[in-house]
Amino acid sequence: MGLTTTILRSRAVAALASPQGVDRYLEQVNPMWAAHEVRARIVDIHREVDVPGHPPVATITLQPTSTWQGHRAGQHVQLGVEVDGARRTTRVFTISSPDSRRGDRFTVTLRANPSGVVSTYLVERATPGTMVHLSQALGEFVLPDQVPEHVLFISGGSGITPVMSMLRSLQRRTHRGRVTFLHYAQSPEHQIFAVELDEIRRSGHGIDVHLLHPELGDPNLSPAYLERLVPGHRAIPTWACGPAPMIEAVRAAYADSEALRVEYFQPPRPTGTSADGDVAFAKSGLEAPNSGAPLLEQAEALGLEPEFGCRMGICFSCTSRKSEGTVRNVLTGEESSLPDEDIRICVSAPVGNCVVEL
Amino acid sequence: MNATKTTTMKTNKTSLTDEQLEKFGEELDAIRQRVLADLGEEDAAYIRKVVKRRQQFEVAGRLLFYLPPAWPLAVAALSISKILDNMEIGHNVMHGQYDWMGDPGLNSRMYDWDTVCPGEQWKYSHNYIHHTYTNILGKDRDIGYGILRMDEDQRWRPQYLGNPVYALLLMLFFEWGVALHDLEVENIVAGKRKLADNKPLYPGLIRKIRNQTLKDYLLFPALTGPLFPLTLAGNATANLVRNIWAFNIIFCGHFPAGVSTFSQEECEDETRGHWYYRQLLGSANITGGRLFHLMSGNLSHQIEHHLFPDLPARRYPELAVEVREICERYGLQYNSGRLSKQLFSVASKICRMALPNRAPKATGPVSVTDDALAA
Repeated sequence: MGLTTTILRSRAVAALASPQGVDRYLEQVNPMWAAHEVRARIVDIHREVDVPGHPPVATITLQPTSTWQGHRAGQHVQLGVEVDGARRTTRVFTISSPDSRRGDRFTVTLRANPSGVVSTYLVERATPGTMVHLSQALGEFVLPDQVPEHVLFISGGSGITPVMSMLRSLQRRTHRGRVTFLHYAQSPEHQIFAVELDEIRRSGHGIDVHLLHPELGDPNLSPAYLERLVPGHRAIPTWACGPAPMIEAVRAAYADSEALRVEYFQPPRPTGTSADGDVAFAKSGLEAPNSGAPLLEQAEALGLEPEFGCRMGICFSCTSRKSEGTVRNVLTGEESSLPDEDIRICVSAPVGNCVVEL
Repeated sequence: MNATKTTTMKTNKTSLTDEQLEKFGEELDAIRQRVLADLGEEDAAYIRKVVKRRQQFEVAGRLLFYLPPAWPLAVAALSISKILDNMEIGHNVMHGQYDWMGDPGLNSRMYDWDTVCPGEQWKYSHNYIHHTYTNILGKDRDIGYGILRMDEDQRWRPQYLGNPVYALLLMLFFEWGVALHDLEVENIVAGKRKLADNKPLYPGLIRKIRNQTLKDYLLFPALTGPLFPLTLAGNATANLVRNIWAFNIIFCGHFPAGVSTFSQEECEDETRGHWYYRQLLGSANITGGRLFHLMSGNLSHQIEHHLFPDLPARRYPELAVEVREICERYGLQYNSGRLSKQLFSVASKICRMALPNRAPKATGPVSVTDDALAA
């Protein structure tokens, strides 16, 4: 850390800047100056996939403040933008560039979700120079320091981002082991990073790239196919990321093998739940039969607009108070019946009657 | 969520019928919903601008202390910065008026202001207690702040002969009064509160007092080297100026003549309409220009603030037009006057309340447990 940063983060300066905090003063002079908070300037916006009639995919290059501590390939970041009337909205995006260190530039690659405020803004309206707010890098879906001799990456759609970050990191380290890269996309036109992957396929030593388009006739993902592609795949360290159905298929192929690490982009659909009881939203006075879906969805179905962020249980933006009832965490399966409990409604599904303060 | 039945109150001692009261409430609710839906870039840009100016005044003030001849200017700049921070920014931000922006620097849960009172404890006594129980005798501790007699229904005691002196001291040391207000000393003396109840407040209080005094009375003066005593005096003066200004504006909010207080009985099971009614009649406005409104943190619109505490205060002047019109239609009083008039009214009341009531009141609110008010 430079001398300036040390001084800015010192207790003496904090005492002088009390109670506002030194960051409030720094940002007035230059938004790229920060002692604790993390921000970034958008440097570039590059369209990866632009198929007419389909939501575009773009890579946003970000130059963070010196407070950015870097990231490990596979991690994600909470990104906040001020859209339409200065309401800061935060969503979670996976970092697509390789491992980065303090203050390094990095990229996020995202699809402009048609109903998404932030993704649409970033892909279609943001311009270089725009400031965004960041968290530090988050997530456990990472490569170990000692990369195994053979690794398998399985991804679908925009789930390619974390494994692409990993692949790029391995290339940069001139990794000597084997990498099998299996990706499912709608069609070659929908393939993100198509050019780069093609290049790798042709020239990458020890990297097998398989790009499949089941909607055009390629084989679907199945245990048999995986076994053919990578014999003994259940023992090969595997990182999988993509739409829930794909993840379920991968899970089935791996049974309970510990070699599989999974990253969801949406919470898995609760299956086989008996959706009984009623859900009540106390503050709005609304009530409805429990549909078994996460509380966030059930609230939205009734016309409420609770705050949310990642819709994945990561960012805690949607934290609300459950006054009574039992909820199940759709990610972990854990159930809780504690009264007056703060829960993340995006990943909590009611089991029986439930009252939430919304 | 429209109530199709007319909600009746246990005791409606207002000048309106139950039905009128309900309609009155609905009209004000409609205004609130409309403004909430309209919040956007202008409001955000405004508060950001005020924050920027506050900072510029503070930096200017701190720097000017390096030039001894500029001492009065330094004090003025620092005073303005503290007034802006406490009133237009701090008070309003901590009411949650800008929470919708999603900016942690303007979030009511996280903001703390440039004064010895910790934001956390103030939010409880102000946002919750004062704004919920506004002007209800025995519940709103802002009526007299535990040391003054400000209402005829507060039983007179010889100690209140010192009313004007207490008021003067409170004015000069207002930030300390606000900080210690939550210790409820008068309730401890009356045996209604245990000293141990204050323990949770001590850590926050001590930390804030330490940070503020260190900053204003040690660190910044030390940074000016040999000018230490001048800077120390300057910072103290700036705090004093803010104390005097804030005290006067705030006291004009609920104490000018014509402002009503209410009994606990008549506020039991209060309807939304009655809540608005009580907020209206329990508050008073001060007239003035735009600069005055800014420097008073829009507490010059105490009525609109009490009707709509969570709407950005910059909206109050435009809402005042509508509120006035509604009051006219319902035949309700809209208490508003020049600063000099309101201040004089408050000062007279302080002096008058120092003495026992002249004549027994012919009609008054249902008699209140005086012990709740006597210190």
